[in-house]
Amino acid sequence: MTDPPLLSARGLSLAFDRVPALAGVDLDLWPGEVLAVVGESGSGKTSLLNVLSGRLRPDGGVACYRDPDGALHDVHAMAAPDLRRLHRSDWGFVHQDPRQSLRMAVSAGGNVGERLMAAGARHYGDIRTVATAWLERVEIDPRRIDDLPRTFSGGMLQRLQIARTLATRPRLVFMDEPTGGLDVSVQARLLDLVRGLVRDLGIASVLVTHDLAVARLLAQRIAVMRGGRVVETGLTDQVLDDPQHPYTQLLVSSVLQV
Amino acid sequence: MNGYNFAYLDEQTKRMIRRAILKAIAIPGHQVPFASREMPLPYGWGTGGIQVTASILGSHDVLKVIDQGADDTTNAVSIRRFFARTAGVRTTTRTEDATVIQTRHRIPETTLTARQILVYQVPQPEPLYRLEPSRAEGRRMHGLAEYGAMHVKLYEDIARYGQVAISYDYPVMVNHRYLTSPSPIPAFDNPKLHRMPALQLFGAGREKRIYAIPPYTDVRSLDFEDHPFRPHRAQAACALCGARGSYLDEVIIDDRGGRMFVCSDTDYCAGRRAAGHVGTEGAAA
Repeated sequence: MTDPPLLSARGLSLAFDRVPALAGVDLDLWPGEVLAVVGESGSGKTSLLNVLSGRLRPDGGVACYRDPDGALHDVHAMAAPDLRRLHRSDWGFVHQDPRQSLRMAVSAGGNVGERLMAAGARHYGDIRTVATAWLERVEIDPRRIDDLPRTFSGGMLQRLQIARTLATRPRLVFMDEPTGGLDVSVQARLLDLVRGLVRDLGIASVLVTHDLAVARLLAQRIAVMRGGRVVETGLTDQVLDDPQHPYTQLLVSSVLQV
Repeated sequence: MNGYNFAYLDEQTKRMIRRAILKAIAIPGHQVPFASREMPLPYGWGTGGIQVTASILGSHDVLKVIDQGADDTTNAVSIRRFFARTAGVRTTTRTEDATVIQTRHRIPETTLTARQILVYQVPQPEPLYRLEPSRAEGRRMHGLAEYGAMHVKLYEDIARYGQVAISYDYPVMVNHRYLTSPSPIPAFDNPKLHRMPALQLFGAGREKRIYAIPPYTDVRSLDFEDHPFRPHRAQAACALCGARGSYLDEVIIDDRGGRMFVCSDTDYCAGRRAAGHVGTEGAAA
């Protein structure tokens, strides 16, 4: 960890009316690292993700992103065009529900190609080649490149969303419960796939999940949230095998053992 | 005509529209909102074009009005007569003689010059409206020049049909900046938009927008490097004048599948016939 962090947040706080969602959250993410944010519903995980990605403005604190040239950008002080450009190129966002980010009336190839075209690709053949390669990479039959997403299963949709998000090779991907809403065997395959992609491409990721197994599989580090605070943070195996905070102990012990 | 101001609209309204036009010319391809008035003709018949024409018309102007290239259809005849009565301007059907040409869905075949103004009637000024239902978001996309989504539409066409399947209202980039609707002219006419010596004004009455392409402005039709823009035209010669380079209308002439192709630009066709060009049916007509 000699590199400076890619994303670092200090003292983030946010309240919806008088209900606190975040209270003094500090967080660092290094290049190529997957950080899992775990906690029960309402613990502020998704709010944290939205604040870090600039989709929500915090009441206090700063989040800084370091671009490839090493310059630091305050995510919330950035001009809207710059932030949008960042979201189109350097960043990616994987939603729990793929329908939120996919264009359901546009073919699979068009969905993968959209980010490329938004980034300026203007060669149909090249876009098609890249889209085909990405579909293969996420284990979707390339012959389905011209099919509409509504003919896809839930697992395929999620994989298509991942292909679309990664097509521009972002450095940082925000993932909001990427395996939520999928059945267990599909989840396992998807996790396997995401783990491979993240490792091969060296993507850094903030992964929000309530599922400790997902965190165990994908993340090197883990942050446990409760009531808008990070109560425990550390290496995933360390935290899960030897939880220090009573809440983490409760979380770990509530996992069903088969 | 008694009881009406020159060219129907009152002077304050014309000033307001001229201000919008000046702004539109200053930002080529950008849609400028304006306070569109009720006009004595229905929406969709050219309420935007007619307001633009009324605002720029001077007493020495010579007006030509075409509808799908023709001078003799209802829409063209009634708008031409409207201005002959309310402004007393001279009207013509000859493209060369006109100083202001109001058009619906065509650009004349005859090359326009720097002393002419072409006024388009526009039903839907927003090229993004099928892709982005929110107008606020559409404006943001224009502001940030985020036009990737439009290329997704072209991509889908090529993937599905092997070519871009937009035959009219083919989106263009004006001055390398704004994605713009050329109004529903055939894609065949798109190349004429590029560096046209005449000023081009676009009026959308129902949508309350005016935009412009100033003279000699770069206008590019959207395409892919390996699927360049190709204007389409029926593979035939005009049955009346024999023209092989003009845009043709297909006319059904009986109920047994008989049809003929004729120039959509009636003035151009008549001019060629006057000069002695004859098509296969030209002698009979």
